[in-house]
Amino acid sequence: MKQKIKEEIYRCIFAVLAFSSLVFLVGITLTLLTQGLPLFREVSFMNFLAGTDWYPTYDPPDFGALPLIASSAFVTLGAMFVCVPLGIGSALYMNEIAGYRQKSFLKPLVEILAGIPSVIYGFFGMVAVAPLIQRIFNLPTGLTALTGSLVLGIMATPTVASLAEDALSFVPNSFREASLAVGANRWQTLVKVVMPSAGSGISTAVILGISRAIGETMTVLMVTGGSAVIPRSFFQPVRPMTSTIASEMGEAVFGQLHYNSLFALGLVLFFTTLFFNIIAEYISSRYRLKLGMGR
Amino acid sequence: MKNSNISQKAGFFILFLCMFITLFFLGVLLYFIISKGINAISWEFLTSAPSGGMTEGGVAPAIVGTIYLTFGAIVFSLPLGLACAIYLTEYTPDNLVTNILRISINNLAGVPSVVFGLFGLAVFVKYLGFGVSILSGSLTLGILILPGIISASREALTSIPQSFREASLALGATRWQTIRKIVLPASLPGILTGVILSIGRAAGETAPILFTAAVFYMKGYPNSVFSEAMALPYHIYGLMMEGTFPEKQSQIAYGCALILLLMVLLISAIAIYFRQRQRRIYNGK
Amino acid sequence: MENEVEISVSDLSFYYGKTKALKNISMDIYRNRVTAIIGPSGCGKSTFIRLFNRMNDLVPGTRAEGRINIGGLDILGTGVDVVELRRRVGMVFQKPNPFPKSIFRNVSYGLEVKNVKDKIYIEEMVEEALKNAALYEEIKDRLNDSALMLSGGQQQRLCIARCLAVKPEVILFDEPCASLDPVSTKKIEDLITELKKDYTIVIVTHNMQQAARVSDYTAFLYFGELVEYGISEKLFTVPADSRTEEYLSGKFG
Repeated sequence: MKQKIKEEIYRCIFAVLAFSSLVFLVGITLTLLTQGLPLFREVSFMNFLAGTDWYPTYDPPDFGALPLIASSAFVTLGAMFVCVPLGIGSALYMNEIAGYRQKSFLKPLVEILAGIPSVIYGFFGMVAVAPLIQRIFNLPTGLTALTGSLVLGIMATPTVASLAEDALSFVPNSFREASLAVGANRWQTLVKVVMPSAGSGISTAVILGISRAIGETMTVLMVTGGSAVIPRSFFQPVRPMTSTIASEMGEAVFGQLHYNSLFALGLVLFFTTLFFNIIAEYISSRYRLKLGMGR
Repeated sequence: MKNSNISQKAGFFILFLCMFITLFFLGVLLYFIISKGINAISWEFLTSAPSGGMTEGGVAPAIVGTIYLTFGAIVFSLPLGLACAIYLTEYTPDNLVTNILRISINNLAGVPSVVFGLFGLAVFVKYLGFGVSILSGSLTLGILILPGIISASREALTSIPQSFREASLALGATRWQTIRKIVLPASLPGILTGVILSIGRAAGETAPILFTAAVFYMKGYPNSVFSEAMALPYHIYGLMMEGTFPEKQSQIAYGCALILLLMVLLISAIAIYFRQRQRRIYNGK
Repeated sequence: MENEVEISVSDLSFYYGKTKALKNISMDIYRNRVTAIIGPSGCGKSTFIRLFNRMNDLVPGTRAEGRINIGGLDILGTGVDVVELRRRVGMVFQKPNPFPKSIFRNVSYGLEVKNVKDKIYIEEMVEEALKNAALYEEIKDRLNDSALMLSGGQQQRLCIARCLAVKPEVILFDEPCASLDPVSTKKIEDLITELKKDYTIVIVTHNMQQAARVSDYTAFLYFGELVEYGISEKLFTVPADSRTEEYLSGKFG
């Protein structure tokens, strides 16, 4: 009997601790709401989202976040042009072309590279990519949206490649064999059979890549230059939401409107990434059902 | 027939090019940081504090600070994450509760790191009054790596054959005895892999400690969990963005970047080696 | 020798969700006898004996109705201590499943989880169990080696020893020879015949020759229904039910 009580206590401890991640997720949401929403007592929600001037320390201050949101979207979009083709191409190469030995070397390598801290990419962007961009395009500064996109794209490539490769490895070999057996060559098999059946898995990888790129902070903080204007070209400095939060929190005073506005930006970021993650989750659960797997 | 062979050749070449460009970029990055950073590194650089207005001396306090923060994060999130993984794999069947937990874990994993920083600032630094400290930073980093630890532990636990559990229970072991004596020892290598990878992640993160723990310069070393701390990733950022003597300071930044890079690469290489070995064992090869 | 009832099953049904996997089974299983459960695959043989030690508790969405009485206790009742029950009703599985521990620690495991601390007693019990499982002579010099180093047949006898060390009253064998070669199978069968002096044995097998060789009683299950149950010799030579006859003559399964 004593043992039974002990068992029950252990079960309860595990159950309570298991809810920690839910608690933290809810906690993050509540924190962002309580700290961010006070902004909207002073500034209307529309003026925040659509306002084009971000001068939080002026008197009177302006909290128009559109330039920041647009910068985030701009840099992320640019990064996609780099990491989607490279990432998916690499994944296809690893899964479909590389032999067993080559793959067992490439995959861990890609995973290791995916773990390099973002501050190192940012540093690399500052000291190597930015001067190069400045020289090639003859710009006043190398710290531009283009630099941010490039570095962010390079950084996200291993992540996308690794996730897409996982999706490809879920495609049963029998699919490939069936296609090869009717006389299709490997390229046709890849394009007509493998890619379509891994399609939603690959799109999950891309969506997660987008979500990470939007939320990435240090890289963009260090290489995008930081001017809060609506971007018109890739060759000008921009200021995404993440780097705004990171660089301005130091000077914002606790409890003041500026402080609240940065949490409001956090709120926008949080819900944007949450949105992408939920879509990815939805697609991947359907994908797994399609290939006849459990969760 | 001929056309399709040509398209196959062209297609394969493009894919090869993608792989090559990816590795090429990353190779350039590694080469750049290693070749320039190696000159900055010396015994003195690793063991002494900064001096001369951050233009000379070493980065020892930053290394120590990073180790403290990372250690604190693991101490906080390992028990929590492991308990969560055990509950999900050993105690509950697939039901609504596990689904909710699984979704919240996945979404927590997708939260941007700077948002964790905001959470840490509002809750640990301000609300709970821990101030800008190792404690606040460790807790924030801990929450950040929690989903990773949970997923890795779950993967390790589910890879243990069900027959071990059945055999143990059939011998009159309780569920907890089965977990403690059979399941956990067998899944330890897998769990360890996850922990090591999380160490690498925590050591390199900057945004979450920006407002919760890190300072650019402090006198001496942190002496309690309520001290602020210097940290390697933040030091790189600080030298590059807030430095006043770019020439001398970028040299130090190269050194820092190399140390951080080597730390993280070494850590993840160990973890991945562990995992490959583990997979081979379970695949019976 | 008189037949004493050890396990009494009455009106037992079992559901996987809405599917009725076992249909109103009633039978008595006798002490110190070997009872074989035969039938085509998927007929519910394993499900049936896994109820005797409540292993089906691990499968979500299942439900049992009816009664299984073991030693005067309805083991399906709520409030039954399943841990205690599993110490009385041991089980040997289809695939040898030794723990990734030493041979000694495998056999002592059941005592360990019972919180037996007496080292000398444990050593005695381990040795006795290994002897009773006819394994001791082969491995007595390497008790501290990993159990995974043993051959398949040795592993299965180790699992039997592991089960014996707990001193159960009943041992359930769930197709114990399914993954073994003929020589190892012979050893296990001899062992079962030996063990029935001290234990009540229930064995699930899809191998009719094996059932005929080792068992005193045989039950034929067909799609969750108990078609026929009786003395093995009789069931195998003059089956009463036409379905049993068809099964024995290899018409299906």
